[in-house]
Amino acid sequence: MEANKYLNDITEIKNIMNRSSRFISLSGLSGILAGIYALIGASLAYVRLKDFSPTNYDGFAGRNSALWDTALSKDLTLIALAVLVMAAITGFVMTLKKSKKSGEKIWDSTSKRLVYNFLIPLVVGGLFCLVLMQHGAAGLVAPATLIFYGLACVNASKYTMGDVRYMGLAFILIGLISTQFIGYGLYFWALGFGVCHILYGALMYYKYDRD
Amino acid sequence: MSLIDNINKAFDHRIRLGIMSILMVNDYADFNMLKELLGATDGNLASHTKALEKEAYIKVEKQFIGRKPNTRYSATKLGKLEFKKHISALEKLIGN
Repeated sequence: MEANKYLNDITEIKNIMNRSSRFISLSGLSGILAGIYALIGASLAYVRLKDFSPTNYDGFAGRNSALWDTALSKDLTLIALAVLVMAAITGFVMTLKKSKKSGEKIWDSTSKRLVYNFLIPLVVGGLFCLVLMQHGAAGLVAPATLIFYGLACVNASKYTMGDVRYMGLAFILIGLISTQFIGYGLYFWALGFGVCHILYGALMYYKYDRD
Repeated sequence: MSLIDNINKAFDHRIRLGIMSILMVNDYADFNMLKELLGATDGNLASHTKALEKEAYIKVEKQFIGRKPNTRYSATKLGKLEFKKHISALEKLIGN
């Protein structure tokens, strides 16, 4: 009887420690959807790039000038932004739904801490990418986005499910590898933001969301 | 040596355990955060925090955020040490 009461106490302690320091309502399903959006975006970008006629340019010069073709870069930026916005909205709505179910508030001190700590490396990475373009090293933008996104995930993992850490490490690894294959950024993007997100989301869904 | 030697009377209540667990993993927590997480009433929570403060297990800081008074709690070194002892005593007790 006594021992049972103490067992309950210990379980309660663990539960409260988790609930008070980690935001656990991130939706796994939204990870899967974000990955799917990324793959759709990547294939659209691929088609657009193929459309881009390389006849006026050739070889290395062609690849480089492609980055300064304004219509092309505008389209690619639009595709990227659309993917980002769609993924953010989906993630927000599904996390809101999940947090309602688990009785966790969506904007309390734990979720604030999560968002801040995620945004710090991400914003730094974004600014760094602008600098890369300023200095004409646009080829490094794709690896840099992957690496900084990975760092953001590793940093945020302390304030949410620990598994986010492993996804972050995977992103960093993919980013570093892609630095050796400049010009193939799109494939690494699809691998990271597409495939990694889907794998991670599916794992989270089976581990935490399925009741 | 009895099995319950290290069980600390000061922690032997659901709300007090809860307060300490929250303060173990967070640098600090304010009154409302504790209230929401523990589902306790104002008076109940106030009396339990006072008891823990009297033992010097938690530190209380009162401050103003704008014009609103805000009370912030954090665990003291002693409090963390005693709580760890208490938990391992509980774990031993269950193991036996």
